[in-house]
Amino acid sequence: MFRPITDADSGASLNFSFDGRAMRGRAGDTVAAALLANGVQACRQTPVSGAPRGPYCMMGVCFECLVVIDGVGNRQGCLVPLREGMRVETQAGRRQPEEIPA
Amino acid sequence: MSIARNITDLADRYDLLVVGAGPAGLAAAARAADCGLSVLLADENPAPGGQIYRAVGTTPVTRPAVLGAEYWKGGALLTRLAQSRAVLAPSCTVWSVAPDAAVGSVEIGVSLDGRARLIEAAEVILATGAQERPFPIPGWTLPGVMTAGAAQIALKSSGLVPAGRIVLAGCGPLLYLLAGQLAAAGATIVAVLDTTPRRNWRAAIAAFPDFLRSPYLAKGLALMAKARARLPFRNGVTDLSAEGEDRVTGVRVTRGGASETIACDTLLLHQGVIPGVNLSNAIGCAHEFDEDQHCWVPQVDQWFASSVPAVAIAGDGAGIGGAESAALRGEIAALGAAQRLGRLSREQRDAQAAPIRAALARSLRGRRFLDLLYKPAARFLAPPDDATIVCRCEEVTAGQIRDTASRLGVTGPNQMKAFLRCGMGPCQGRLCGPTVVELIAQAQGLSPAEVGYYRLRPPVKPITLGELAALPQSDAAVKAVVR
Repeated sequence: MFRPITDADSGASLNFSFDGRAMRGRAGDTVAAALLANGVQACRQTPVSGAPRGPYCMMGVCFECLVVIDGVGNRQGCLVPLREGMRVETQAGRRQPEEIPA
Repeated sequence: MSIARNITDLADRYDLLVVGAGPAGLAAAARAADCGLSVLLADENPAPGGQIYRAVGTTPVTRPAVLGAEYWKGGALLTRLAQSRAVLAPSCTVWSVAPDAAVGSVEIGVSLDGRARLIEAAEVILATGAQERPFPIPGWTLPGVMTAGAAQIALKSSGLVPAGRIVLAGCGPLLYLLAGQLAAAGATIVAVLDTTPRRNWRAAIAAFPDFLRSPYLAKGLALMAKARARLPFRNGVTDLSAEGEDRVTGVRVTRGGASETIACDTLLLHQGVIPGVNLSNAIGCAHEFDEDQHCWVPQVDQWFASSVPAVAIAGDGAGIGGAESAALRGEIAALGAAQRLGRLSREQRDAQAAPIRAALARSLRGRRFLDLLYKPAARFLAPPDDATIVCRCEEVTAGQIRDTASRLGVTGPNQMKAFLRCGMGPCQGRLCGPTVVELIAQAQGLSPAEVGYYRLRPPVKPITLGELAALPQSDAAVKAVVR
């Protein structure tokens, strides 16, 4: 969970959603920063054990902030600027065969 | 300066491609453009500045004292780029750099706005900078555990600090700087757990006089002393683990033989920075192991040219020297490229470089003291606890790597990758490579230099199959796969 400091411009606000929940973010933030500011700590599950993971490096190196953005999977949330109306979802771990539509 | 926002804004060919818009890249691009080269400066982030000057042109932080005077110096580099004729491509990923000596140019794979393209450059300067050294302790994969750099990025680019109780742990200037910045921003730091090994002083003390002659570093020392006096520092930490079920709730810390758990909501880890070698390694540039900085660095000559023709490496990506030295190294690399392309004579190049070299020597003075003092303890480089995850992507543990290294006698990190999948996940070994090397070295009684490193290959950043498939194909390439 992150919070804005008092010595910062709040700036324009944008609407987006995370797993269907409506959220607001600051224009100019990345998707990963907006999620942290909204109290989202875990944004993906690992493909191996399904363990929850959240942003770790915030600079494009660790790939822990992977999310689904507007239907496109495995996006690095820390490199993508937040846009109005963005639909962000948890990057689920390994898919089982029965989950894949024929 | 012009800005390329779409893939179609890019030209087919540039004299120079600069990868990374931190201090080295900004200075290199501006200098090269001033020498008359057509320059593309590509950076995967939405705004230039790199990590040290992250968001310096766009930060929402209004009180300059929160981030400190050194940070705001980055504004001058942005202004200089803006006044140059270089093309800046933000949010642009360079995923492949392939020099072709026969053709005398370099083929560059770029991705921008969801579309990929191959362009050409006569010369390339990699200014991809550094990353934080992996800090593998039990529980470091829990949500709420982040790097110190990550918290600094959130502060610089978004004006955010962790809410609740914060613990910082590790060693090195960035950790202490961040502690001061977070405190100035009103965050709640409950402990700074310092892992600097006491015995490091013995090795570092010989380099101390040189350190004192560096005004830049002495200033840093004063800042650090101030932070230490005000913040809850605890020295001599010999063991750490992050605790919690699905997020971090505390840190188990051992010092002086006694252990305790400190409750926290966020744990920020840091034990120095190392060059990000993924791109230089994938290009095939020769690297060597720097014993003082304890990391792999690319081999470069006095113009920062790598072992591969037409590829130079400037800034912290060619060895850690800090922001000021990175910008100076960028300038020198640009002069070298301009000379190779015939825009400067050797005499002109040397004359322009002379004052920059003098400033570079000054900026690096005292660096060795920091390298030696903050060299991480062995147990934080090679985790002794078997259950500690080393490869975060594929969840490979220290025990598995140790066991495979000793019982199966693997020949190096590449065979380890084939056996255990460590380094095969999306981060491509960025977060496990140094630890895997360390564990193999320890198990087999070798030095990291003897063990070697992963052999990396493009694409160095993921691109979609759609982007790859949509690339224009040459007639020869199509015929090569037609039956």
